[in-house]
Amino acid sequence: MGETVAVAMSGGLDSSVTAWLLSRGDAPVLGLSMLLWDRSQEARNGRCCGALDLSDARRVAEQCGIPHYTLRMEEEFRRHVVDPFVDDYLAGRTPIPCTRCNTFVKFDLFLARARVLGAARMATGHYARIVEGDGELELHAARHREKDQSYYLFELTQEQLAASLFPLGERTKHEVRELAREASLIVAGKGESMELCFVAGGVREFVEREAGRRGGPSRLVDREGRELGEGEPYYRYTVGQRRGLGVAAAEPLYVLAVEPEENRVTVGPRDELACGGLTGTSLHWIGRAPQGEVVATVRIRSRHPGVPALVRPLPEGRAAVEFAEPQIGVAPGQAAVFYEGSRVLGGCWIEGGLPT
Amino acid sequence: MLPWLGELWGNASSAHAFGRRAREATEAARDAVASLLGGRPEEVVLTASGTEANNAVLHALAPGDALVLSAFEHPSIDRMAGRLAERGVEVRRVRPDRDGVVSAEAMLEAVDERTRLVCLMLANNEVGTLQPVSAVAQGCRERGVPLLCDAVQAIGKIPVSVAALDVDYLSLGGHKFYGPLGAAALWIRTGAPFAPYLVGGSQERQRRASTVNVAAAVGLGRAAELAATEGEEWASHSRRLRDRFEGGLARLSDVTVHGAGTERLPNTTHAAFAGVEAQSLMIRLDLAGHAVSTGSACSSGAVHVSRTMAAMGVDAEEAVSSLRVSFGKGNTEAEVDGLLATLEEAVTALREARTATA
Repeated sequence: MGETVAVAMSGGLDSSVTAWLLSRGDAPVLGLSMLLWDRSQEARNGRCCGALDLSDARRVAEQCGIPHYTLRMEEEFRRHVVDPFVDDYLAGRTPIPCTRCNTFVKFDLFLARARVLGAARMATGHYARIVEGDGELELHAARHREKDQSYYLFELTQEQLAASLFPLGERTKHEVRELAREASLIVAGKGESMELCFVAGGVREFVEREAGRRGGPSRLVDREGRELGEGEPYYRYTVGQRRGLGVAAAEPLYVLAVEPEENRVTVGPRDELACGGLTGTSLHWIGRAPQGEVVATVRIRSRHPGVPALVRPLPEGRAAVEFAEPQIGVAPGQAAVFYEGSRVLGGCWIEGGLPT
Repeated sequence: MLPWLGELWGNASSAHAFGRRAREATEAARDAVASLLGGRPEEVVLTASGTEANNAVLHALAPGDALVLSAFEHPSIDRMAGRLAERGVEVRRVRPDRDGVVSAEAMLEAVDERTRLVCLMLANNEVGTLQPVSAVAQGCRERGVPLLCDAVQAIGKIPVSVAALDVDYLSLGGHKFYGPLGAAALWIRTGAPFAPYLVGGSQERQRRASTVNVAAAVGLGRAAELAATEGEEWASHSRRLRDRFEGGLARLSDVTVHGAGTERLPNTTHAAFAGVEAQSLMIRLDLAGHAVSTGSACSSGAVHVSRTMAAMGVDAEEAVSSLRVSFGKGNTEAEVDGLLATLEEAVTALREARTATA
């Protein structure tokens, strides 16, 4: 008998297999689901925060032979994830709610609740690895790149890593599904949840519904400020977006910048999207903070392959990142995450791009 | 019950021997339910749930009618009232006091010539407080308005007599007094208006179409027999344990027993543990083998701020720190003491955790 582990169970395949694997071990396991966004009225399935998925979580917990409870955390989720998500869009940024959910909800509030219930550690179905390093814990990308979720975990602290388990970090998605099949878990055939768990339908419609308003048409301009026409409200565009601009031009146009105060969207050819670097805020290091500049591979969105870069810490938690070669699609609101090989050193939130 | 799922299986509506046998078992069960209530067997309609029984009485209200109910009726009445309101029924909810008791005068004041039905539970399903049903029933009788009494929570814990209460409809559910889940009944006073909720076959004297669940009926009947003969003993046993438990609670600081000064069911304690999140407390107790409940549970197993607490004017913080503990004939003093020990430990730990994070 070891110390109790609380598994965060969404009712999806990954967290279900996580619970299953732990339940085969010696330590007592406690299944906990978070009711984050009550969509029972929408009667949809296949998302991580719907009540239907929580019912799957409860059934899987029964299959695993572990106790299971649902924690209502809708208010916290709204405050830490949904409202900032909407605010980001309205401020012309492209947010990553999953990171905020990890930072503020799963690895903070959930962990605290789990501890209150007597658990010493928590486990999630994230594809990432925690490795014992030189006097500190290291966060590493999953063994298999296809499912790696380490990008979303860059804000974790040493204390959080010490309290966390990622049992899927060494496995492939295929293996995980096979495990679910072998164990006859009811979720074995469940599909991937690709969309944001709290958004049914379009993100832009969601933002408008939450904001309680729909903005007026934006002005589409080129780099030189020349008017190209009228566009959708500004928050419907994200930097790097190509389709749906509705402007005729000799070459494909991309969104270069979104300016809420002006309700202005700057567009231009793809090469004008290129940035030589970026500035960021809320700089965070998972291990000891380095002295001075750091050479790292930087990923500027979750599916970005990474680019060699020089990370320069600045005062007040800011950072400047210089890419070894120009990058397309530096979007404010996304995270720049620094890697050394598979190891996540830390990261920052992108404020803006630097010229090439 | 078991033979009626196996070798004695038969449809009580069939005329052949197997059917007649099942029919007789069903009628014997009906007799037992009627006898427990002091009513007549033909006044008992067997249903699948207390919810169905309550819904069946309410559904007949029409636009323009007025409905009077307490503000902390069970959801099977309260939500049905909400639906009726959408259809043009005027719904008047009368709030209970801070101790969880509704005033008979206030209930009757809300009754007027448009009122077609009054609903008042015998005992509240969360705090266990007894309501002045017979006083309200008397006033309703004078005004010619029928009264539905939801006695689901009370049956088997206190004596229930439809004659003494003088109500017109009374609902009960088997699982609240050691009977089967999914076996319940609605008692309808002879002459009281009733429009069937389920229509189809002519079962239950045309008041509830559906093939009768014979095994469930037999189980309900047996539970009613036992409640009639052993109910008093059940009550005194659970009251002894409940009082022992509440005596022990006095050792913990900042515990408020809701409805403490009122007449309550003998088997429940509903208490607020200041500074403690009740769901965490419930989980810790469950993990230690003690099954208790928070205010009310939703289908996902998550906790809402209880409607009952809100109706009583209990603030949200106190409401979410409230726990309900029920004692039954199978519980022992040793279990009560074990529960108290675990509870004391858990409450202390949860209060410390809160102080640490505050």
